[in-house]
Amino acid sequence: MSFWLTEEQEAIREGVQRVCDGFTDEFWRETDATGTFPEPFVAQMAAGGWLGAAMPECYGGAGLGLTEASIVMQTVAQSGAGFSGASAIHLNIFGPMPIVKFGTDWQKQTYLPPIISGQDKMCFAVTEPNSGLDTSSLETRAERTNDGYRINGRKIWTTSAQRANKIILIARTTPKDQVRKPTEGLSLFYTDFDRGRIEAKPIPKMGRRAVECNTLFIDDLHVPKEALIGEEGQGFKYLLQGLNPERVLFAVEAIGLGRAAIAKAAQYAKERIVFGRPIGQNQGVQHPLAKSWAELEAANLLAFKAAALYDAGKECGAEANAAKYLGAEAGFHACEAAVLAHGGMGYAREYDVERYFREAMIARIAPVSREMILNFIAERVLGLPKSY
Amino acid sequence: MKVLVPVKRVIDYNVKVRVKPDQSGVDLANVKMSMNPFDEIATEEAVRMKEKGAATEVVVVSIGPQPAQETIRTALAMGADRGLLIQTDQTVEPLAVAKLLKAVVEQEQPGLVIMGKQAIDDDNNATGQMLAALLDWPQATFASKIELNGASAANVTREVDGGLQTLEVQLPAIVTADLRLNEPRYASLPNIMKAKKKPIDVKSPGDFGVDITPRLKVSKVTEPPKRQGGVKVESVADLVMRLKNEAGVL
Ligand SMILES: Cc1cc2nc3c(=O)[nH]c(=O)nc-3n(C[C@H](O)[C@H](O)[C@H](O)COP(=O)(O)OP(=O)(O)OC[C@H]3O[C@@H](n4cnc5c(N)ncnc54)[C@H](O)[C@@H]3O)c2cc1C
Repeated sequence: MSFWLTEEQEAIREGVQRVCDGFTDEFWRETDATGTFPEPFVAQMAAGGWLGAAMPECYGGAGLGLTEASIVMQTVAQSGAGFSGASAIHLNIFGPMPIVKFGTDWQKQTYLPPIISGQDKMCFAVTEPNSGLDTSSLETRAERTNDGYRINGRKIWTTSAQRANKIILIARTTPKDQVRKPTEGLSLFYTDFDRGRIEAKPIPKMGRRAVECNTLFIDDLHVPKEALIGEEGQGFKYLLQGLNPERVLFAVEAIGLGRAAIAKAAQYAKERIVFGRPIGQNQGVQHPLAKSWAELEAANLLAFKAAALYDAGKECGAEANAAKYLGAEAGFHACEAAVLAHGGMGYAREYDVERYFREAMIARIAPVSREMILNFIAERVLGLPKSY
Repeated sequence: MKVLVPVKRVIDYNVKVRVKPDQSGVDLANVKMSMNPFDEIATEEAVRMKEKGAATEVVVVSIGPQPAQETIRTALAMGADRGLLIQTDQTVEPLAVAKLLKAVVEQEQPGLVIMGKQAIDDDNNATGQMLAALLDWPQATFASKIELNGASAANVTREVDGGLQTLEVQLPAIVTADLRLNEPRYASLPNIMKAKKKPIDVKSPGDFGVDITPRLKVSKVTEPPKRQGGVKVESVADLVMRLKNEAGVL
């Protein structure tokens, strides 16, 4: 583990920064105001090969680790793209991991290259309206047919389902009362997003309007046998394997957003003159920003430690969870401090920090809430009795 | 045709340099180092020649400490084919660099050497000219455009005081790159990965029989005086008055 980037990692950061430089604050403000998906940004990230950072080389990826993927995603968020940019490509980075790890050669050869090139656009449907964080209680059913499965159910919050032509979803293949543990009997599928069978309704929401979230109504969706990833009934286990990297990515994205926010605030505080001096000359303005900086950097250390552990093939659950908690909190508090430092202008769209503030809430809620992270640490690290 | 591109590892152009307290030089500890921007332009030009089919191979050479390998790696990620590091921790002055490059040229036999017009650390603007003299090759410095006429000659547009000058040089030749020659690319991720597998040869100055002992002695390095903030003038008359009386330029 090292506390600074290698030159190769620095080159990665610069390469991504170069793409991001082409997308101004006005661009992101506009996508947020109009709810337009940032297609040109995603196209350029795909062209530079960045979507495949963590995908295997033999399928067109770069075969790099979570550390490098984190550098890519943090650079995007920190550029001012925030979650409007990060969420637009987040799924490409680690979303296909279940296919990489548990798919057959045929599945990998068929499914991965078009995801890496950006041609196939996927969404990831886990959360359901009636089960929430209690994933093993999800109600979507997949029943075996002669040549595959028939899927029925509902999903909620599925990001980017309007744009996707592919979907990874988890559904119950064996009823809960016929398995030993509730986490068994769930299966993962990767299949075409068949709009004749899946209705996706956007959810009006607080921020990140550029990348929509949806309620899905899945009605007799037929999928071929090749859609099943890995073994039937093992889907929950496969899902778990992807959770830690996803937490690390959320952490570094939130930290990147927080850094962007305090950078804007520091700039404004230097320029805005009230009572005959820059507002940034007052400690009351300085300290919240300085504190945010300290919190962000501390969270970042833990996030990159978790990534280093993951890349070394070591257990990183506690670190990844704690980093996501700390990163999301630090990111949010930085955005809040940045809005306040701007005074009334912090509430104006023109200064961008109100958008960051709205987006910063995402990492506190998704993909797992703060409470569930603390539950995990209490139980797994501190050895306290399971509370749920 | 083979193209040789010498590249130098220098303090990054974004870094605000600080003079060491003892004024013996610039503090390089923990500062970001990068490829000399003019060398990036030279590399880009060579890679474009290769992409157009005009060049068959692009070889980059760097003279400097071990981390200069990373600088070579950057050039490989832009599209160069292989690298050579002549490793030394000593200060290498332009004449020594030119002598080493001459030895490399004799070994590699390139049809063209493209290099930066100067390195942004010492701003000598000397190595290209010295190399041309040592080899007795034609030179075209400060190039803003290079057009190859097959493998035997090149038309080079130079940025000179008062305008542009176009020279025809017979190849092999030395061309030094100016800022407007091209806009260098940033490496894509697949190319950064490919660069890891490209070969870099490591040699020492002794391998080429070149004595690199410095001939110059730095007596003192000082920071430039701080610039005073400007003033806004009220009128043209005021401006003229100040230029006359305060600035003393009229
Ligand atoms: C912008 C956004 C994008 C999203 N994208 C996706 C996506 O692409 N795919 C997808 O599948 N999902 C997605 N989600 C869903 C997200 O992962 C869930 O919202 C999140 O996991 C929380 O689930 P829930 O909303 O059902 O909350 P609930 O499970 O209803 O929980 C509500 C609250 O109760 C608390 N709580 C519940 N049980 C306990 C307990 N035992 N102890 C303590 N506290 C408890 C929770 O912490 C939370 O604060 C997205 C959500 C958002 C906001």
